[in-house]
Amino acid sequence: MQRHEQAVWNETSSEGYEPLLSEKDRTTIDVEFEELPDELTRESLELPALSEPEVARHYTRLSQMNYGIDSGPYPLGSCTMKYNPKFTEDVAARSEAAVHPDRPEEAVQGTLQLYHELQEYLGRIGGMDAVTLQPPAGAAGEFTGILVAKAYHERNGDGERRSEVIVPSSAHGTNFASAAMAGYDVVELPGDDDGRVDLEALRSAVGEETAALMLTNPNTLGLFERDIEEIASVVHDAGGLLYYDGANLNALLGRARPGDMGFDIMHYNVHKTFATPHGGGGPGAGPIGVTEELEPFLPSPQVEARNGTYELVEPEHSIGKVHGAMGNWLVLLKTHAYIRRLGDAGLRDTSAKAVLNANYLASQIDLEIPFGPFHHEFVASAGERDAAEFAKRMLDYGVHPPTTKWPEIVPEALMTEPTEAESKTTLDQLAAAFNAVADEDEETIAAAPETTSARYIDQTSAARSPRLSWHALSDDA
Amino acid sequence: MDFEIPTELRYAESHEWADERTDAVRVGVSDFAQDELGDIVFVELPAEGAELGAGEEFGVLESIKAVSDIYAPVAGTVVAANEAVVDSPELVNEDPYGDGWLIEVEPAGDLEHLLDASAYEETI
Repeated sequence: MQRHEQAVWNETSSEGYEPLLSEKDRTTIDVEFEELPDELTRESLELPALSEPEVARHYTRLSQMNYGIDSGPYPLGSCTMKYNPKFTEDVAARSEAAVHPDRPEEAVQGTLQLYHELQEYLGRIGGMDAVTLQPPAGAAGEFTGILVAKAYHERNGDGERRSEVIVPSSAHGTNFASAAMAGYDVVELPGDDDGRVDLEALRSAVGEETAALMLTNPNTLGLFERDIEEIASVVHDAGGLLYYDGANLNALLGRARPGDMGFDIMHYNVHKTFATPHGGGGPGAGPIGVTEELEPFLPSPQVEARNGTYELVEPEHSIGKVHGAMGNWLVLLKTHAYIRRLGDAGLRDTSAKAVLNANYLASQIDLEIPFGPFHHEFVASAGERDAAEFAKRMLDYGVHPPTTKWPEIVPEALMTEPTEAESKTTLDQLAAAFNAVADEDEETIAAAPETTSARYIDQTSAARSPRLSWHALSDDA
Repeated sequence: MDFEIPTELRYAESHEWADERTDAVRVGVSDFAQDELGDIVFVELPAEGAELGAGEEFGVLESIKAVSDIYAPVAGTVVAANEAVVDSPELVNEDPYGDGWLIEVEPAGDLEHLLDASAYEETI
């Protein structure tokens, strides 16, 4: 099969750049500030002696050294790294979108209308009665959701007794962290042989200490929790709340709703499900939805429609603010645009294709895949091989590898989520990359990657002595 | 593979060792444990004065493969934590029974419940 070759930045070229005649006099600038102390002045400014095309080529090459979803398939499981359609960027770049957060309500009715509509859309998609758009990321949404649960229990005089949050062992690490950050003891729930929640284990784990169960459905193995109604009643009978981790909502869009399954609180990863960019440090958005019973505890403000105008209101027992202003508006605007562009039929089509693509890809791969059939993602096993090395070798075939070594229930896991956006040709290209590596010997795999800008990364040194700034790198050189 | 299992130490099934020859009981992880974890890149230890129950988690070892809790082989009070391994986590890989020790505990009980070297060897 065709091999991939990534751009390599040749920093060792000694030829240098000879400035154009017209630029020569501008490459250094003499400065004279006699009134400034010597230690604050310098003889000349070290401006790079490069022409515009040199600079343009430099940055183009840098971008080619990266691998993103604009370069090729990016099937990182549990992340829904779906392609972000460019029209949402156009919408967010419009001048009307540049709204100062402190403008008075009557001057930003259009903006508030979009907020309100998005609250409604997300509520309808999740089967939730009320939605806040304020949390700035999925994990921040989780934390906000658990704070809402806590405020609810405290309001019921039940705050001290309910000290535990139950999290299945296959859950995202953020679930454990959100519960712990909110001051809860985390109870880890083992899975059953089927890869799902063990009902008996759940029954013995719940009690009057239970504040909430946090659950992802379909779970991180791509499996739907068939017993979800039973799970909901076990938790509710014990007086606990059921929290939905929205990371895998892409599998259910337009077909099943967490609210209908009995969930009381959920977060939406708009960067996973509604094609806004993955944060990489932000800005992001992680709205949460809740049942009517929990609405009074939502962060402030909420947008309400009254007599044809939109108003900011503070929920009665609000937990307060979890982010500045009203969350990251431009990310929310992209979410709104994406939902409107797809509409009901488009969203239903999304989940259908996401599930079809995952199952088709799984069927084309010559590796052990212990569970299934799947929803939007599947977990293959690299078997005797090291999953991380297997993944690095896949880079040589021009595709981004899947998530590796997680969830731990599958040995040497390759957690793969192709998303709805890929064509059959691209899925076949991905399968060919999996299968090519599966046929290779250990030595070849261990020596990979061969064709990337950066070769095998020394993770140990990177973790033990991180150098996180340009200065740290240049000191070392 | 052969792992070093000094006969003068006692072991927990969770792969910690305890040495009662020092004034306070010195605690670390076994050669087998460090090999299983792979290159350790981060160590979190309790503060001096922390009270530990037997079997209670007292810290974290993070390797490039996994994050693992470490458990107190004996109950007692932490009287020293090895700052050297916090600065240089590779000491746990290089010298798990020597410079790679983790904490010293003023024990609240004895070490009778722990395994001797041959019993521990059978568990790995």
